Amino acid sequence: MSEVITVNLKIWRQEGPDKEGHFEEHAQKITTEASFLEMIDVLNEDLNNKGLEPVAIESDCREGICGTCGVMINGQAHGPRKATTTCQLHMREFSDGDQIVIEPFRAGSFPVIRDLVVDRSPFDQIIESGGYISVNTGAASDANLTPVPKEAADQAFDAAACIGCGACVAACPNSAAQLFTSAKIAHMGSLPQGQPERWKRTESMVGTMEEFFGSCTNHGECHEACPKEISLDFIAFMNRDYMKAKIKNRALSGQR
Amino acid sequence: MPNETTRGSLNMETETNTLLDSRVPSGPLEDKWENHKFSMKLVNPNNKRKFDVIVVGTGLAGASAAASLGELGYKVKAFTFHDSPRRAHSIAAQGGINAAKNYKNDGDSVYRLFYDTIKGGDYRSREANVHRLAEVSTNIIDQATAQGVPFAREYGGLLDNRSFGGAQVSRTFYARGQTGQQLLLGAYSAMMRQVSAGSVELHTRSELLDVVTKDGKACGIVTRDLLSGEVSAHSAHAVVLATGGYGNVYFLSTNAMMSNVTAAWRAHRRGAFFANPCYTQIHPTCIPASDDFQSKLTLMSESLRNDGRIWVPDAFDDSRPAHEIPENERDYYLETKYPAFGNLVPRDVASRNAKNVVDQGHGVGPLKNGVYLDFAAAVERDGQDAISAKYGNLFDMYESITGENPYEVPMRIYPAIHYTMGGVWVDYNLMTTIPGLYAIGEANFSDHGANRLGASALMQGLADGYFVLPYTIGDGLADQLGNPAVSTDDPVFTNAVSAIEDETAKWLSINGTRSVDYFHRELGRLVWDHIGMSRNKEGLEKAISEISALKEEFYSDVRVLGSADTLNLSLEKAGRVSDFFELAELMAHDALKREESCGGHFREEHQTPEGEAQRDDEGFAHVAAWEWNGAGSLQTRHVEQLDFENVTLTQRSYK
Amino acid sequence: MNQTTSQRYRVKPIRERRREWPFPLNLYQTAVGRKWVMAATGIGLLGFALIHMIGNLHVYEGPAKMHEYAEALRNLGSGILPRSLVLWLLRLGLMVMFALHLHSAITLKEMSRKSSQSASFTGGEKKYEGGREYIAASYASRTMRWTGPIIALFLVYHLADLTWGWWLGDDFVPGDPYHNLYSSLSRIPVAIFYVVANMALAWHIFHGAWSMFQSLGINNPKYNHLRKGFAASFAGLILLGNLSFPIMTQANLIDEDERLCQVNDLNSNEEVLACLTKQLEDH
Repeated sequence: MSEVITVNLKIWRQEGPDKEGHFEEHAQKITTEASFLEMIDVLNEDLNNKGLEPVAIESDCREGICGTCGVMINGQAHGPRKATTTCQLHMREFSDGDQIVIEPFRAGSFPVIRDLVVDRSPFDQIIESGGYISVNTGAASDANLTPVPKEAADQAFDAAACIGCGACVAACPNSAAQLFTSAKIAHMGSLPQGQPERWKRTESMVGTMEEFFGSCTNHGECHEACPKEISLDFIAFMNRDYMKAKIKNRALSGQR
Repeated sequence: MPNETTRGSLNMETETNTLLDSRVPSGPLEDKWENHKFSMKLVNPNNKRKFDVIVVGTGLAGASAAASLGELGYKVKAFTFHDSPRRAHSIAAQGGINAAKNYKNDGDSVYRLFYDTIKGGDYRSREANVHRLAEVSTNIIDQATAQGVPFAREYGGLLDNRSFGGAQVSRTFYARGQTGQQLLLGAYSAMMRQVSAGSVELHTRSELLDVVTKDGKACGIVTRDLLSGEVSAHSAHAVVLATGGYGNVYFLSTNAMMSNVTAAWRAHRRGAFFANPCYTQIHPTCIPASDDFQSKLTLMSESLRNDGRIWVPDAFDDSRPAHEIPENERDYYLETKYPAFGNLVPRDVASRNAKNVVDQGHGVGPLKNGVYLDFAAAVERDGQDAISAKYGNLFDMYESITGENPYEVPMRIYPAIHYTMGGVWVDYNLMTTIPGLYAIGEANFSDHGANRLGASALMQGLADGYFVLPYTIGDGLADQLGNPAVSTDDPVFTNAVSAIEDETAKWLSINGTRSVDYFHRELGRLVWDHIGMSRNKEGLEKAISEISALKEEFYSDVRVLGSADTLNLSLEKAGRVSDFFELAELMAHDALKREESCGGHFREEHQTPEGEAQRDDEGFAHVAAWEWNGAGSLQTRHVEQLDFENVTLTQRSYK
Repeated sequence: MNQTTSQRYRVKPIRERRREWPFPLNLYQTAVGRKWVMAATGIGLLGFALIHMIGNLHVYEGPAKMHEYAEALRNLGSGILPRSLVLWLLRLGLMVMFALHLHSAITLKEMSRKSSQSASFTGGEKKYEGGREYIAASYASRTMRWTGPIIALFLVYHLADLTWGWWLGDDFVPGDPYHNLYSSLSRIPVAIFYVVANMALAWHIFHGAWSMFQSLGINNPKYNHLRKGFAASFAGLILLGNLSFPIMTQANLIDEDERLCQVNDLNSNEEVLACLTKQLEDH
């Protein structure tokens, strides 16, 4: 049932990308019914009333689907609850007197914009480099013309469930973006519609990924941090496809 | 813009019966779109690159439009205030997308989808628009599937459908509970392909703060870079607003935190008529607020009502836990009142009844702000496994938010604002009353009438973006061939830019005592209480005066800290909330003026003896489109008469 | 005027994409390809570790059999090719694999360090003040870059000790591995070092033998659950075999007392080897 607790927050504050950051401590009283972000809302309102600048933190849908929110909570991306985004985390996960350290997602290619807000645009750059199926509006044939085995459709969906929040990169000791990139590659590579561009897409997206991120050492931290529980199997899928992409002579793909 | 002299209140309104020209083509209903496509002017493929088009918003409608226009060869500039185009709130749609494919062979057709949409909208939408929507619905499914959207499939590998929101046919395509997400990722990737090709120029974290017109025509926009604070002008031959709905005027809604009316409203202030603002949709199965800090509400699929029984305790203010309340002291009010439909009455009926019992003091939960949705009987009948197979993910979601296990304790639900049917008035070409300015998706008012059918929002956003706007925009551009876009050095732009710079500076200089959120929350409370699920004259008049008073307080007492040249979330919000204030006033006026009940607009003075919505087709079978007449002066209510040539208007009954 | 990618996004690449080398060298240019090389060389080295361990079990058959095994290795392919050629080719292959394995490990680590560097506010490694709660990453996976160097150091020591005889001095008999092994492992510090190093090796294999499936993309949900088990048993097997040598020596189960060709009784190394050969022939 609901109770009121006091948590000791230790929050990262940083005025801008090139500024020095520091931790700021606040004791915050809050009901356990509140969500984590509502707790920050209350803190921010209190700060504002005291004439102090509110903590910059991003969120949008607060339903765990848009991928806008995301901070490190006590060293864990999106906090202690499994398969849960920051916005879906509730204060009942914490007890009275707990210290909560809140930091931005960190990676070389996720520069801090302000306080807890980071720039995740390298993800868009990875998608831009090939995360699509080239079909112009109007050029599509009837949807049922290409049956897709249910298993393949389900696998594609499992991969497509990625919300692009960046927790995988934040949790990875290597700051690698394999889970994000492989999810998109596996989503499209599992479907018949994605086959014509499969090898080019894989090569191109991996290339862009490596301009920004580290190298995967198969720790598996990304999967644990992932609010959508994207499987590590997709990383293996991507690695396999990448080798095939390099080895295949695509001019022969029309020949059996 | 918002200083005391220009930000006036709507204290009066006038009415004109000048009929708005909807430019609906003549001819039989089913041929209108086909004929219109032929009669529209075309832009030669080689000339398309000479036209700049600005698309604001990158949700379903915006991303699909930007992608399609880019493919056609136009020079597109796409703007989003998110960090990535993939975050728009279209992503949160759960249920599915309708399309008249008739894959289930159960008698669906374009005409049936058209008819259901018109009827569902309580006969307050334009026949021709709705028919076109139904026609292109099938193309959307083809397009999305080709893009790799992983729709649910049957074992044979073909697409699966389900019946949704009380429809008599199975025409809803879905991707688990994340249809909106998957469709948005499809449109987003199509747009990113054009970004890569160089035909779409992407501007992230850029918020539209003004629409610029010259000689009465739209020529560009003014945006603020949310990171650097830089205010800049962008010119184009056409501007498309795909900026979503205004549900967040209620503060608590199922909309995303950043969803707002600013783009649409500022276009309105520049001359675009705003239609039917009082048409707002309530979703009956949301999780009630748990405390005073509640920041938004979460929607759960309506399908829960298929197996859950809705009840409240007979006693007032009953604080016993649900299981201690004996069967004979429970009021299954929907089952008693509507024996035929029971718990499956339409959204608005279920919502209003919930509000009634809660207002009477039967509410449940710590804040007495919900009703029970009880699965005990269903679990006893079908077993927990069967219920879990159907609703497992929803039960998990409920538990993660409330901390209660719905297998053991009944769920608590309460209605919440979910979608807004009203919006910027557009003609058949989706063009607003400002030539060159278009509005698509939830931002316009066009297809849902007074009430939207389930699984139709995704359909409309994508129909507009993929299959309607790319044709109709050419008709408007063809005449402008050879005219360069207005230079951003033109005084219309430089004046607009400095006005916006003044506006931001002003927010920072007020230095009052309360946060922006405080005012937003208070405004939301007023709007919910008086312009919410049911409305009456007295309440609406009260709302108008109270909103106006609160607005004055807002302009004098808000405290926005920080500076304008960095990321400043409160500063962004201040502008949005000030637009909500003006919109809320207009909503009240619109609701007051519409002396009937229809769809999402329920006037207590106009109900049948059974308490159902009572339409007045004689007096109000029209669209009310409001014209901004400058700050401080009255808005004009224009009327577009709705002609129903193909359907007969009937009264709903669920007894 | 089109926007370029760099105008669109505020975050710039950390590293530039270089001109592509010709196939198959281009594989080595990317991290995914380099991980693949690491996994492939890892397989080779695993094979070596396994065969080496199994071969060494001959020690329990006595000095003569051990000598025969050593000779057999030198005589591989000797009907056709010069003696020791195949062995040298194998050694060369091992060295190349080892070098590639090491080089890719070092460079990939550097890449990850660079990708995390500016994220850090405490310098160097990526750190979170809230502590880093590892959930999935095993201790083995996080210590690869410590167990790796231990193994490399051990390898150098091992070669110097038993192949080149740096520290055994006069006691070193080229061609009599049984004797050399006994002489080396009967010293307690050496035995301890062998135990520690082989534990590091097993630890390394425990993550590596699973990780290589991922890196190579060998993945099938039907069999995936077997991969970790395979890695654990492989590591366990190598550990068991390799640990037995120092332990058995210390427990005096590998012992020179009963030996027919006593190194100390014979005058030269050649006599020892001749004795061993004769003993085999008599058998």
